[in-house]
Amino acid sequence: MNAKGKVHKFGDNVDTDVIIPARYLNTASHKELAAHCMEDIDKEFVNKVQTGDIMVAEKNFGCGSSREHAPIAIKASGVSCVIASTFARIFYRNAINIGLPILECDEAAKEIQAGDTVSVNFDTGVITDETTGKSYQAEPFPEFIQNIIRKGGLIKSIM
Amino acid sequence: MGMTMSQKILAAHAGLDEVKAGQLIEAKLDMVLGNDVTSPVAINVFEENGATAVFDNTKIAMIMDHFTPNKDIKAATQVQQTRNFANKYDIKNYKDVGEMGIEHALLPEMGLVGPGCLCIGADSHTCTYGALGAFSTGVGSTDMAAGMISGKAWFKVPSAIKFNLVGKPQGCVSGKDVILHIIGKIGVDGALYKSMEFVGEGVKHLNIDDRLCIANMAIEAGAKNGIFPVDDVTREYCNGRYQGTPVEYTADEDAVYDEEYTIDLSELRPTVAFPHLPENTRTVDEIGENEVKIDQCVIGSCTNGRISDLRAAAAIFNGRKIAKNVRCIILPGTQKIWLQAMHEGLFDIFINAGAVVSTPTCGPCLGGHMGILAAGEKAISTTNRNFVGRMGHIDSEIYLASPAVAAASAVAGYIIDPEKL
Repeated sequence: MNAKGKVHKFGDNVDTDVIIPARYLNTASHKELAAHCMEDIDKEFVNKVQTGDIMVAEKNFGCGSSREHAPIAIKASGVSCVIASTFARIFYRNAINIGLPILECDEAAKEIQAGDTVSVNFDTGVITDETTGKSYQAEPFPEFIQNIIRKGGLIKSIM
Repeated sequence: MGMTMSQKILAAHAGLDEVKAGQLIEAKLDMVLGNDVTSPVAINVFEENGATAVFDNTKIAMIMDHFTPNKDIKAATQVQQTRNFANKYDIKNYKDVGEMGIEHALLPEMGLVGPGCLCIGADSHTCTYGALGAFSTGVGSTDMAAGMISGKAWFKVPSAIKFNLVGKPQGCVSGKDVILHIIGKIGVDGALYKSMEFVGEGVKHLNIDDRLCIANMAIEAGAKNGIFPVDDVTREYCNGRYQGTPVEYTADEDAVYDEEYTIDLSELRPTVAFPHLPENTRTVDEIGENEVKIDQCVIGSCTNGRISDLRAAAAIFNGRKIAKNVRCIILPGTQKIWLQAMHEGLFDIFINAGAVVSTPTCGPCLGGHMGILAAGEKAISTTNRNFVGRMGHIDSEIYLASPAVAAASAVAGYIIDPEKL
């Protein structure tokens, strides 16, 4: 499985309140959530994002609330993958559980710039910034988690 | 190699003699929690995947607290969906208006969580119950759905940071000041993926409400859980209340910690977290007179909506008036706390001071309802997060503090040390 897209770049400690503000949590509709994705940190995000685009952020991405609405909104907005230096732990679980690909790679997170075109090979964990030509190696998922991803998410892995 | 408190509880629930940090395990759950925001997503996952039964209808709690009493039609529809599911599967601990409280105030009060239990909740502040010697952690809605179906969850066994608490807090210093001080010291990702274990002779000076407040905000340092050892304070609180069988765990003497800190509680000062992260802390001594003028004061939430918190606020408000142009909203955590505060005469004090008292709800803490901020407004709040836009407009600001500091600031009109009021 691979992804390729244009990069939307964010900094440290992007919290779930800016990913999807609580005023929109009175719905579980993926489409409605996607319409407000990143609204409180980048009002133009929903107008700019194209299917397949890649989100790159620095440390502690997705901190704060446990709302699964956050990875749902990102996935439903068309983002194919999130790369960060580190993820907050509940966001990390939620992304795996709903099938939003995420990768931890500090060097890539710091060096990749907004607007770059990036490709990701999920089997090898290799991230390539096609704009600069530089490649990065992300941390591979443990086998246990790869199994959840292969089966199509947590529920399918237990049913 | 020895195990931490958290590791011992995980091992026991995974049926293992020993676990190590980093190990991936599957463990049996004693309690699975959701609220009116996260349960509907879990119910959708449950139903879309063809599940037809829950693992145990006594070990699931659905607490309608975030937007209740329902703030709008969409919120009402989410509660309706959850109520219908709870009725269909006979979920014993479905709690709506009239019985509900803020989930993390309510579950300990009802005795649904206690020493040694393993709990997951689709709410990040589920880590609160570590105050009672439980392993308790926040997860998402899919984990909640999987927990409701199977009674199990997967965990990566966390490593831990040890906080050795010594000394006795002075003056109005409370659990909130302790945890804000710690987050200021280690940062909002200072305990990422880890347990925060609070031990030492200083623990005995913290009442159960202080401990619940400290464990509640472990997530604000990125932690998987926060946990206290069980002592007489815990036993007194849980005896006759906890519906399960309490099991007391202590860390092995040779348990390995990634880091250890000693916190002298006697040296701590009332502490405030400035916008827009809980790690941006300053003591009240570092805040100038009139430096931060406030428009609103919120006293409540799963962090500080308990009876000790309301008493601390009332002690400040007694015989005083809230400053002109400051709105003060008080949200007792549960119906029982509400009644107790009323019987103790605290509401007379609040209302005479010019505050309002709300029904229990998360309300303004997450910008739901009951006190939303306009652009440029500043609030002092006993809640747990001061992220951009958390309580309203993205150009509003939240300052996190204890009930005493929040109440004193409401009276002064700007953030102030309660002792200088």
